[in-house]
Amino acid sequence: MTSDTQTHYESAAEALPIGTPRHHVVIFGVLLAFLIVAPLVLYPVFLMKVLCFALFASALNLLLGFGGLLSFGHAAFFGSASYVSAHAAKVWGLTPELAILAGTAAAAVLGLVIGALAIRRQGIYFAMVTLAFAQMVFFFALQAPFTGGEDGIQAVPRGHLFGLLNLASDMTLYFVVVAIVFGGLLAIYRIIHSPFGQVLKAIRDNEPRAVSLGYKVNRYKLAVFVMSATLAGLAGATKALVFQLASLTDVYWTMSGEVVLMTLIGGMGTIFGPLVGATVIVAMQNYFAGLGAWVTILQGIIFVVSVLLFREGIVGVVARWIKKPL
Amino acid sequence: MKLKTLALAALATTLMAGSAMAQTAIKIGVLNDRSGTYADLSGEGSVVAARMAVEDFGAADKGIDVEIVSADHQNKPDVASNIARQWYDQDGVDVIVDVPTSSAALAVNEINREKGKIFLNSGAASTDLTGTACAPGTIHWTYDTYALANGTGKAMVDAGYKDWFFLTADYAFGHSLEENTTKVVTESGGTVVGSVRHPFPGTDFSSFLLQAQSSGADVIGLANAGGDTVNSIKQASEFGITQSGQALAGLLIFITDVHALGLETAQGLVLTEAFYWDLNDDTRAWSERFSAEMGGSKPTMVHAGVYSSVLHYLNAVEATGGKDTEALMAWMKENPSEDPVMGTGTVRADGRHMHDMYLFQVKTPAESTGPWDYYKLLATIPAEEAFRPLEEGGCPLVE
Repeated sequence: MTSDTQTHYESAAEALPIGTPRHHVVIFGVLLAFLIVAPLVLYPVFLMKVLCFALFASALNLLLGFGGLLSFGHAAFFGSASYVSAHAAKVWGLTPELAILAGTAAAAVLGLVIGALAIRRQGIYFAMVTLAFAQMVFFFALQAPFTGGEDGIQAVPRGHLFGLLNLASDMTLYFVVVAIVFGGLLAIYRIIHSPFGQVLKAIRDNEPRAVSLGYKVNRYKLAVFVMSATLAGLAGATKALVFQLASLTDVYWTMSGEVVLMTLIGGMGTIFGPLVGATVIVAMQNYFAGLGAWVTILQGIIFVVSVLLFREGIVGVVARWIKKPL
Repeated sequence: MKLKTLALAALATTLMAGSAMAQTAIKIGVLNDRSGTYADLSGEGSVVAARMAVEDFGAADKGIDVEIVSADHQNKPDVASNIARQWYDQDGVDVIVDVPTSSAALAVNEINREKGKIFLNSGAASTDLTGTACAPGTIHWTYDTYALANGTGKAMVDAGYKDWFFLTADYAFGHSLEENTTKVVTESGGTVVGSVRHPFPGTDFSSFLLQAQSSGADVIGLANAGGDTVNSIKQASEFGITQSGQALAGLLIFITDVHALGLETAQGLVLTEAFYWDLNDDTRAWSERFSAEMGGSKPTMVHAGVYSSVLHYLNAVEATGGKDTEALMAWMKENPSEDPVMGTGTVRADGRHMHDMYLFQVKTPAESTGPWDYYKLLATIPAEEAFRPLEEGGCPLVE
């Protein structure tokens, strides 16, 4: 209805000066307040799962929505980080913060290796290369002795944070996860709104022009790929401690697809979209579990509907209504 | 954003309103695959089996209020672990049953250990549930990879199939299945003439099957599961392997797989199961009731195990008069289980439910007299021979 007035909101948004728009501060504030109150009403383990996937989807969104690179192999980073962090906590007996760091670092290194090769190609070829690497990681996880094959790594101890805080209590762990994920989200926000982020968007929108302006496009792409992989790894490593297990589900290609789905449903290229998308998908998996086969069908229907009716995703549509970038 | 918060809070309240508050009631959670590969062999059928157990126990007359809830774990351990936690923490579930897929079962097993509840597993195959990962509240009811490998391996060697060739899925599960069976085969006096590993999950088995065929072995052991087994049997049938005199031995296969394959393809296959609907009058009568509710399909051994384990659990509740995990477990381990479906059995210290296993051969289309008439009984394997000896499991509960 109001399409005439709002067509160019996006370019207007990107013309914003470097600095934080007030409504973003408000949303982050409300989000934090909500996260602090939420466990009183909602089940903390469910919330932790939503948070981990929100960070995972946001990491993918950094690459897809702001770098314009569709990775179809992000499960590789999420999963390998969860294996490394589970192994570190269980076998090496590291404290949880070190285990998470170890997992995240592993994902970063893997991101550097895969990214360096994958960014040489574009579009569908880029997606296929990342998928191929993810499948290699899957087979590694299946075969390597320390991953436990199809049983995965089970009974991972949650341990004591900094050797002090006992994480066995869901509540304590919840606030640690909130801190990690919120930190991750702020980092992504900062990256997007930095000069680096501006260049990324320029590359996304018109790569030849960015090249002609003198930017070393491939370095930027590799940098954002590694950042995205690292943050996906952070999410995976945290998830391994929450559920006390790392399994093949985390590295399987459907996980890569699921996180793309979350990003698209929530709103690609928006800041808060992946959070909403992750909440929707995880809530469906969780609360509709009793419906059996209908869960996957519902997921499919929701995806089709969202592609047909609101291609910008839930948050994208809201942003269009209120004419402000979210 | 405020609106979203309110909406979420409202959603949460409605969802939690569904959880029961009653103290004397029993809440059984059936957690299994309701949409994927194992939906046929567990799925809704397990819920029906649990309900039948509640009816046959006569819970209503005995003043025990039983409620059954179910959920789909999609064969993902994290989903399983999430649901199990939520069931125990929020929804007041007392006992979780079924749980196929080893990784999901092991995840639930750990939650269960932490929460001090009872877990009656029927659907999963991993021997770890009664081995290194055994837990005080866990009973592994129906079968495990050891029993299947052992039953099929030993019985086939005894029946004269001495030379074995393995077609193994190339991951930990396949390797351990091959290893277990090899041990049994050589101990019973057979030999393993070779083996080949196929990628997991595999689609084209032709080159592996040709190797198996040219090895001249008497029997080809299929150390794989699910779709891999089904595909390898189909392709073996296309190569005419069973027709040419080599036998196929399925090490992890269910009657629903045979049903899906059809007798033309599956004929001659030898396999071990804990239950078959056409064993005796009791199993026939029970299966008749089951299939009336399930649109004509017959129960699998997993369904039978769910029925049998829920019944034993309810008997324990009646006998001990409460829901105390320790008391219930002690009762269930001290007293034999007795039901029309799986006969008599006992629960061992490590949580292994001991009962007879059966060796079947899939009938030829000519031998079969109607739908679901698939198996002929080759041998009954006594419980003591069927399962892994107590001291070999490495369960910390066994002193």
